[in-house]
Amino acid sequence: MKQQDKDLDQSARVIRRRALVLGGLQLGFAGLLTLRMRYMQIDQADQYRMLAEENRINLRLLPPTRGLIFDRNGVPIAENDQNYRVVVVREDAGDVAAALERLRALIPITQEDIDRTLRETARRSAFVPVTVADRLAWEDISRVAVNAPALPGLHPDVGQSRIYPMGQDFAHVVGYVGPVSDYDLSKLEDPDPVLQIPEFQIGKVGVEAKLEGDLRGKAGNTQIEVNAVGRVMRELSRTEGQTGNNLQLTVDEKLQNFAQARLEGESAAVVVMDCQNGDLLALASSPSFDPNLFVRGISSADYGLLTNNKYRPLANKTVQGLYPPGSTFKMVTALAALEAGLVGVEDTVYCPGHLTAGGRRFHCWKRGGHGHMNLHNSLMQSCDVYYYDISQRVGIDKITEMARKLGLGTRYDIPMSAVAEGLTPTKAWKRKRKDADWRIGDTLNASIGQGYVLASPLQLAVMTSRLATGTDVTPHLVKAVDGVDQPRPEPQSLGLKRSNLLGVQRAMFAVSNNRRGTAYRSRVDDEGLRIAGKTGTSQVRNITKAERARGVFRNEDLPWERRDHALFVGYAPAERPRYAISVVVEHGGGGSKAAAPIARDVMLAAMGDGMPDLKAYPAAHRGAAKERLDALHLRNRPAPAKPKTRA
Amino acid sequence: MSYLEHQIKSVPGGARKLLYVNWSLVLLLVAIVTIGLAMLYSVAGGSFSPWVEPQAKRFIMGMVLMFIIAMVPIWFWRNMAGLAYLGSVLLLLAVEFVGVTGMGAQRWIDLGFMRLQPSELMKIALVMMLAAYYDWLDLEKVSRPFWVLLPVVLIMIPTALVLKQPDLGTAILLVTGGGIVMFLAGVHWLYFGAVIAAGAGTIYTVFASRGTEWQLLKDYQFRRIDTFLDPASDPLGAGYHITQSKIALGSGGWAGRGFMEGTQSRLNFLPEKHTDFIFTTLAEEFGFVGAFSLLALYGGVLILCLGSAMVNRDRFSSLLIMGVAATFFLFFAVNMSMVMGMAPVVGVPLPLVSYGGSAMLVLLAGFGLVQSAHVHRPR
Repeated sequence: MKQQDKDLDQSARVIRRRALVLGGLQLGFAGLLTLRMRYMQIDQADQYRMLAEENRINLRLLPPTRGLIFDRNGVPIAENDQNYRVVVVREDAGDVAAALERLRALIPITQEDIDRTLRETARRSAFVPVTVADRLAWEDISRVAVNAPALPGLHPDVGQSRIYPMGQDFAHVVGYVGPVSDYDLSKLEDPDPVLQIPEFQIGKVGVEAKLEGDLRGKAGNTQIEVNAVGRVMRELSRTEGQTGNNLQLTVDEKLQNFAQARLEGESAAVVVMDCQNGDLLALASSPSFDPNLFVRGISSADYGLLTNNKYRPLANKTVQGLYPPGSTFKMVTALAALEAGLVGVEDTVYCPGHLTAGGRRFHCWKRGGHGHMNLHNSLMQSCDVYYYDISQRVGIDKITEMARKLGLGTRYDIPMSAVAEGLTPTKAWKRKRKDADWRIGDTLNASIGQGYVLASPLQLAVMTSRLATGTDVTPHLVKAVDGVDQPRPEPQSLGLKRSNLLGVQRAMFAVSNNRRGTAYRSRVDDEGLRIAGKTGTSQVRNITKAERARGVFRNEDLPWERRDHALFVGYAPAERPRYAISVVVEHGGGGSKAAAPIARDVMLAAMGDGMPDLKAYPAAHRGAAKERLDALHLRNRPAPAKPKTRA
Repeated sequence: MSYLEHQIKSVPGGARKLLYVNWSLVLLLVAIVTIGLAMLYSVAGGSFSPWVEPQAKRFIMGMVLMFIIAMVPIWFWRNMAGLAYLGSVLLLLAVEFVGVTGMGAQRWIDLGFMRLQPSELMKIALVMMLAAYYDWLDLEKVSRPFWVLLPVVLIMIPTALVLKQPDLGTAILLVTGGGIVMFLAGVHWLYFGAVIAAGAGTIYTVFASRGTEWQLLKDYQFRRIDTFLDPASDPLGAGYHITQSKIALGSGGWAGRGFMEGTQSRLNFLPEKHTDFIFTTLAEEFGFVGAFSLLALYGGVLILCLGSAMVNRDRFSSLLIMGVAATFFLFFAVNMSMVMGMAPVVGVPLPLVSYGGSAMLVLLAGFGLVQSAHVHRPR
């Protein structure tokens, strides 16, 4: 008991001693807190009061500079332009409506701007700047800057805006940018904070959209101190953003301009490709539109004009337009039969003008028939019966296999919007999609590129490249990213028999250069620039028995949308293929009349650095050619001979 | 225990107990909570919802709880210490493991009227456990290594569980609170010196290894530490809040801008303005006078507890009182250092002022224990 007492007393002493030490430390720390409070609230009160009252620290995101887009020679296609604008910050302005009224007295802003700004400011956080008006003149922006003290919450600002100096030439290839929409944000899982910046532009279509990740860059930020009237006092810290990567496309700006101008007035598409390495040199789709309209926010009137146009200016016909390839498909059918060993190059078929199969009569375009036809003559004169005949022997599956081998029915991985896959039909496909058996008539139709077969101008250009080189060349649109050349796989041989390919190539040469060839009227005189090609005319309607008996309507007598599509594919120079081309003129009539002349002009432009050499035309054609070329609306003519310094 | 039984007749009984409650302490607590309610009213823009009303209800509930606990003899609570500790550890385990798989990563248990965070409960349960442990342990054994290791393990178990949540603030409070109880019980100075030296040494070694071949942490881990130590390097996150918090505090000046007149507080710059950063509103609106008054009230609570512990000859009681007071101290010391930019931002609320049910109820329960020890002290 006594021992316990003593023990307890001793323990209580220890605790008391330590409790005093601890209590002292705690109160000491409380004293330290008091001193800190005193220091902040009394000694430094003025400074903090100023920070709180007159100065506010603003954290602002610095939008990154978007990467530029150049053509293959370093000519800019998409640039950034200084854009002067006025923004309003609700928490600085107090009464936004009153602030805008004061602004209206200084610079011209519309009621529409005011209404939109009021809506935006109400929707966003108080400290987010909202654009009142942009693309202001220098005088206007200076007036705002000078009057800043009288305009609390309104800040002059300079931003960057996309500009497309080539106007409509690259509308379909490069596309355009526009302000981030709620729809854009909803599509992203983890949106970049920079997208919250009002008026921040992101790619909407084409290369701008598909390569957004490369082009955008990374946002920086800056901490700035501003006083009560919104003047920036000083910058406290600044982290620079990262400029987006510059892109260099494979497209040649001059050739693109020429092709686009040559197609003016037509609803048509042209694709020019380097058939050796796959570089896409021109992708012209007509009619086009000015992408700069979209950057600014297109008016509904302008948009209505674009959507109501029956020539569909908004559609990119080069990659998303799908057409029956017509006679340009005959090389595929021929090669399929030759490679299968079922037909020899010199084997002939008799063409009486029609062929009966599966109880139906299939007509050749030439009513009287072509007589005895071998591969060379059938391709040169585009005899249909020859292909009806051999297609029955080789069958649809072999034809489709060859079509895919030559690059049809495949979606190419190029950064453009809505790249179409096309259609190379098989029996299984018809079973599944049409719930019907494959009929012999389907094979016959497919053999001349009609029926179910569909291809885009891009695919036709790839097909022609492969026919010209015998390799599996694939198309490329991006030459370099951030100065680094993009790797291109070396094209590999398709493994086609040399004599078969040569037979087809010789026939294609004859199409353009033999007196009886369907494109002889669009021949080239210069031996080094001669074209090998194939015309095509694809029907968009069925010709009834009654009409055939009465006499088939000529295209000129039909309404535009029922006329045939005109096609031409070709490569040049015929002896040493360098360029491949495909031309589709929607409802243009016959391929030899509507498409081949375009192909000749564009091909000669490709080989003549953006402008055809008149001497290459046959003497009899030169006068008309000169007249035609002089009438083209080219961007800068004559082409300036300045050395290119920009890269 | 026998000692208490001998003195039992001197302990007041029945309603007379109410007279022996430390009423000054009750008064101080009510004053502190009143300040808290006023600030919650202000940050809500002059409204009783959404914070004042539930907070007031919980305060009344907490006061009732405090008095119930105070009326129960302290030796009952001492006998309950082991159970309270075990129960809290089990609850922590429950939210850690069951919570993740079964309840979707919850850190709380729904009691119907409020959500209880076991980590808050742990703060008081740990103090009880350690106080009971040292009450039981012979004084001469206190500094022997084995008997030092045991309470260290008792502290580390809940700390590890809480760190896994992860809740750095609570972990710091548990380690420091537990360490303080050990210190009070008379564990030799050298242990504390050694721990502090070892900690400093480890930190130094880790930093010294940076950039060398034998680097102990990965580069990104170092960068995280940088951000933690220097929030200004993360201007979009914590750094911005601290800057604005300091401006609010400093701009209060001597007497503040007046109730509901703080401009900084109106700017919505702090997502936690009603919880962890509520002190900035007080300092801005009532200035140095207001901020110091709250600190003085807190100091008053500490002094009353110290006095109560000094006169109490029961070892469990004095350790418990000082332990609860130390936990209370750590709450406001860490919180105030944080908002004044003296410490990195860790989630620790301002005790009895910040909005939040668990912390307030647990603290009031803790003061219930303090009152019980005070009422039932040996005379």
